[in-house]
Amino acid sequence: MTTGDDRAEDATSAPKVVPDAPGPRSWQRAFDDLGQGWRQRPLWGYLGWQDIKQRYRRSVLGPLWISITMAVVATAMGILYGALFGQDIRTFLPYVATGLLIWYFINGCILEGSEVFIANEGLIRFLPAPLSLHVYRLVWRQTLFFMHNLVVWAILAAIFRPPLGWSLLLAIPALMLLVINGAWISVVTGIIATRFRDIPPIIASLANLLFFVTPIVWQYDTLLKNPAVAERARIAELNPVLHFVEILREPLLGEPIVWRHWAVVGVITVAGCIAALVCLRNYRSRVAYWV
Amino acid sequence: MVSIDLDGAAVDFPIFDAKTRSLKKAVLGRAGGRIGTDSKVPIIEALRDITVSLRQGDRVALVGHNGAGKSTLLRLMSGIYEPTRGRSSVVGKVAPVFDLAVGMDPEISGLENILIRGLFLGMTRKQMEARVDDIAAFTELGSYLKMPLRTYSTGMRVRLALGVVTSIDPEILLLDEGIGAVDAEFLAKARTRLNELVERSGILVFASHSDEFLADLCDTAIWMDQGTIREHGPLRDVLRHYKGRDVLAEIEAAR
Repeated sequence: MTTGDDRAEDATSAPKVVPDAPGPRSWQRAFDDLGQGWRQRPLWGYLGWQDIKQRYRRSVLGPLWISITMAVVATAMGILYGALFGQDIRTFLPYVATGLLIWYFINGCILEGSEVFIANEGLIRFLPAPLSLHVYRLVWRQTLFFMHNLVVWAILAAIFRPPLGWSLLLAIPALMLLVINGAWISVVTGIIATRFRDIPPIIASLANLLFFVTPIVWQYDTLLKNPAVAERARIAELNPVLHFVEILREPLLGEPIVWRHWAVVGVITVAGCIAALVCLRNYRSRVAYWV
Repeated sequence: MVSIDLDGAAVDFPIFDAKTRSLKKAVLGRAGGRIGTDSKVPIIEALRDITVSLRQGDRVALVGHNGAGKSTLLRLMSGIYEPTRGRSSVVGKVAPVFDLAVGMDPEISGLENILIRGLFLGMTRKQMEARVDDIAAFTELGSYLKMPLRTYSTGMRVRLALGVVTSIDPEILLLDEGIGAVDAEFLAKARTRLNELVERSGILVFASHSDEFLADLCDTAIWMDQGTIREHGPLRDVLRHYKGRDVLAEIEAAR
């Protein structure tokens, strides 16, 4: 056909200049993705709220159910395990509730993180948007859940009066660290899980296991004080989630701050963010093909 | 200055079946050596060797048979797919209108859907709030806008989606066919709005099987065939080669 001639004709208006755009696999594009997603705060902010309202649409109490569920579980577990381990309920109940509060956030980020792109398949395939948008939305939603659950902590703190001090302010950077880690783990597991669909069930079963090896319904301190198991109890520190729980729980309960946990969390945060950037750089442009 | 530059761009879809899309194969395969010859993921070449440059003011019709790659090309231009080979460079705010239902949430009200859809199309919250009345008037949905979207009929949903889409200010407008399912009276109204929208936008690429629509909105055309550009030139020539007759003359004669 007349392909050649017509194409030449078409190019009359402008000489063919392809601007020096960075290729699909470049650091520039990875950072652009994060930046553009961040600038779309109104969108993911709205969507995150919508997700929560949606879940409780048409229920009378609405999102208040989040707090109620948390209160019921924390109270039941606090009383049960407090009795089993012979703990004072006045300290053990806030301990369990605070642990659960933090665990729910971590668990939510891990579980939903691996499905973050799979769940948004329709949006990814039909609307151009930075990948990070879906991650921001997820972490924001989990943060909102956290804020609802925080009400339970506040009530328990008012009743049982843990020795809160200025260290409470450390809860803010601790929460920020948790949020950052929630974001990188969503990026990394989300991208890998989009390619390999066996990852989400693997992660779901691991998350179940993590709950039991993390000191939430049991106390790490009491094990350390027991000379019979103190040596073995140290193994618990190999669980990275323990450190995340500790950095936020210590300020929230007015316990002495153990900086070792902060150091571990810091190292994990840096390593995780690097991993997320590498994944974004190498596979960001592939996600639309994989979903 | 808005522009779309594709240089030898190709889009290859990997097709993972249940077996290849799992870790089992990657892990076991490595340990056990080659089993069979299907170690590579099969690939569908949806687009290959696409070289095209579009500039401000271009009004391009995309024609071709089903499966020729029209929709994939639009998604490549929108940035959803980045080329697996070759290069693409798109400068300007892209408004893709592919599937009217996407990004619509059946559980929330029409008004909330207007806002979300607008935000997805790159508008700000303020801009959308300023347009809500205009959209409401255009869709003629009235107090229905406060009802959840799941109570809407198909036609009502299309009205809503069209209302949002035609209210934005895009620099690059990518339209895929499938704008239908509305009554004739409404369609006439939508057409005026669509024309206005196209006038506001810098570049239009429009994939459709409706020659009349294409004649209205476009002046050049790209003929897609089996994932490549078969012809790119003035609308009249391309349509004549594609259809084997002078379609534009027929349309003009009919008017």
